Amino acid sequence: MLLQVEDLSVCYPVFKGALLKSKRAEIRAVEQVSFHISAGETLGLVGESGCGKTSVGRSVLRLEEPAGGRVIFAGEDLGALDKHQLRQLRRQMQIVFQDPFSSLDPRMTAREVVGEPLRIHGLFTTRQEYRDRTDHLLEMVGLNPGMAERYPHEFSGGQRQRIGIARALSVSPRFIVCDEPVSALDVSIQAQIINLLETLQERLQLTYLFIAHDLAVVRHISDRVAVMYLGRIVEIAGRNALYRSPLHPYTQALLAAVPIPDPVLEAGRKHLVIEGEISDSLNLPMGCRFHPRCPKVEERCREEVPGMRPATERKHWVACHSAG
Amino acid sequence: MKPESTEKLLEVRNLCTHFHTRAGLIRAVEDVSFELAQGETLGIVGESGCGKSVSALSLMRLIPNPPGRIMKGEIWFEGRDLLKLSEGEMGRVRGNRMAMIFQEPMTSLNPVLTIGRQVAEPLEIHQAARPDKAQILCGELLERVRIPGGRKRVKDYPHQFSGGMRQRAMIAMALACTPRLLIADEPTTALDVTIQAQLLELMKNLTRDCGTSLILITHNLGIVARYADRVNVMYAGRIVEKARARDLYSRPRHPYTVGLMASVPRLDQDVKCKLRPIQGQPPDLLQLPGGCAFQPRCGRPIEICRIQSPLLTVASENHEVACWNPADYPKEIGGEHALTS
Repeated sequence: MLLQVEDLSVCYPVFKGALLKSKRAEIRAVEQVSFHISAGETLGLVGESGCGKTSVGRSVLRLEEPAGGRVIFAGEDLGALDKHQLRQLRRQMQIVFQDPFSSLDPRMTAREVVGEPLRIHGLFTTRQEYRDRTDHLLEMVGLNPGMAERYPHEFSGGQRQRIGIARALSVSPRFIVCDEPVSALDVSIQAQIINLLETLQERLQLTYLFIAHDLAVVRHISDRVAVMYLGRIVEIAGRNALYRSPLHPYTQALLAAVPIPDPVLEAGRKHLVIEGEISDSLNLPMGCRFHPRCPKVEERCREEVPGMRPATERKHWVACHSAG
Repeated sequence: MKPESTEKLLEVRNLCTHFHTRAGLIRAVEDVSFELAQGETLGIVGESGCGKSVSALSLMRLIPNPPGRIMKGEIWFEGRDLLKLSEGEMGRVRGNRMAMIFQEPMTSLNPVLTIGRQVAEPLEIHQAARPDKAQILCGELLERVRIPGGRKRVKDYPHQFSGGMRQRAMIAMALACTPRLLIADEPTTALDVTIQAQLLELMKNLTRDCGTSLILITHNLGIVARYADRVNVMYAGRIVEKARARDLYSRPRHPYTVGLMASVPRLDQDVKCKLRPIQGQPPDLLQLPGGCAFQPRCGRPIEICRIQSPLLTVASENHEVACWNPADYPKEIGGEHALTS
């Protein structure tokens, strides 16, 4: 097991007033989230906007200070490390962001972007070594090293994402958080990046936490999948189990909402549409957070928060009173 | 010349819309022709910069000039060529006979006017509804687009609405005067998948009830498969393939369409199969290659592709493709559409 997350919670304060800011409330973006990822595995994390999936990714890397819970990476509890130790460990954990343009410094060339982590961690001795390594990294992500002196705006969206991936790879990490890495890209380019991530995983034995809202993409790349709703994981299972027999009503609704690119299939499909919208995160519903929209709501869903429990199938967990 | 058939609601002929920018001339829409029947849903698919939004804005005559200009073409709508109308006459078509919904419900509503004012505006302009009457009608419209407590929310401001509700308000505004044609430009792209499903179902039901034709512009092949009767595929400003939805998905002919379909992971597909992406980068409209614009990324180019741009030609019944070397399919036993009928 490479990464273990136990009861992770993340809170954001909400301030009011322009000058004398006073803390008014707290958004509990992530609450008691637990999961693990084995070495070489890809865990997909899906959910709609505001469900807390990005906060999970960031706090796993400790780019965000969690309000509670533990993150254990390669046997080390990240919360117990001092700054220096954390920095050492971060070499093994990297992140790829959604928007490849805003995550690159416009005044740095591709080589500087890719080479910066090498510089920070002091991973080269000579100028030549720096050049060789950055060249090699660009090649590894399918870019021509001849383009190394260009600036981000000279690259297309897909190429920029490749630069972002090369940067993440520069320190030879074992684990990468991919936060919506393809959702800003055109369809034909998405597939290129997905294939690249898969190839790199095989070649470098990488472990991914793949965060996305596109259920088909997540299904394609993940070994196991966790579904989040309003800060909690509602279902987690192996890919096939989750997509073939989703147990949580929210997972079922999500899957039904995704149109399949085949008119014949679509014509025969029931278009189950769940009503309502995601609840206000400042004003969370009591009990199960999905109950205001749930088609199978029962009395106790309004009062009691459903705990994670194993379903019939092995390694299939669901947090729902009626499912299973 | 006026088209003869009365059944056709819209006929676009040889539409060219260009942008004169400092960097050079951009042929955003080049020689685009298509038609739309009453009550039909047409999907326009393609990736960013393919000209799908500019086509839609051209239909509404909303191209910002300068830098843009409709260079030539005809847009026949309800028996008139829209490009020959005066600005005043066009104003009576826009929002009344023909309406449009945009991608960002956040930016297409005015933040300092109430939802009621904005949704009622077309009623006041086109149907001379008195403001108080218009507000009542507006409440009804908001209920029809299923905004909870719609009547009570006409006095709300856009920031009090969620993204999904704003887009519902946009749909209410667009359908206020029961237009004959609704153009939806990526109406759900910025929204979550469950909200997307709600809104698309709503749009489908409302347009069906009003007999309104729909042009659905999207990059999502799944949405097109679910809702469109016919599809235009666009690449670098041109329509490269035009077919009935079922035919397009069961036997795509243009290598670009084939490539698009192979690049999206699908929920119903074997997970083991690798995606087959289209190689290369999206086209730069300022520096299009000679010949076919797709040729540098194409998997089956032949000699002529570099020299001459292919025109749309009939490949089979109701199926046109602009390609010198389109993908082929063996004839099925039992005729052309044995698979899909």
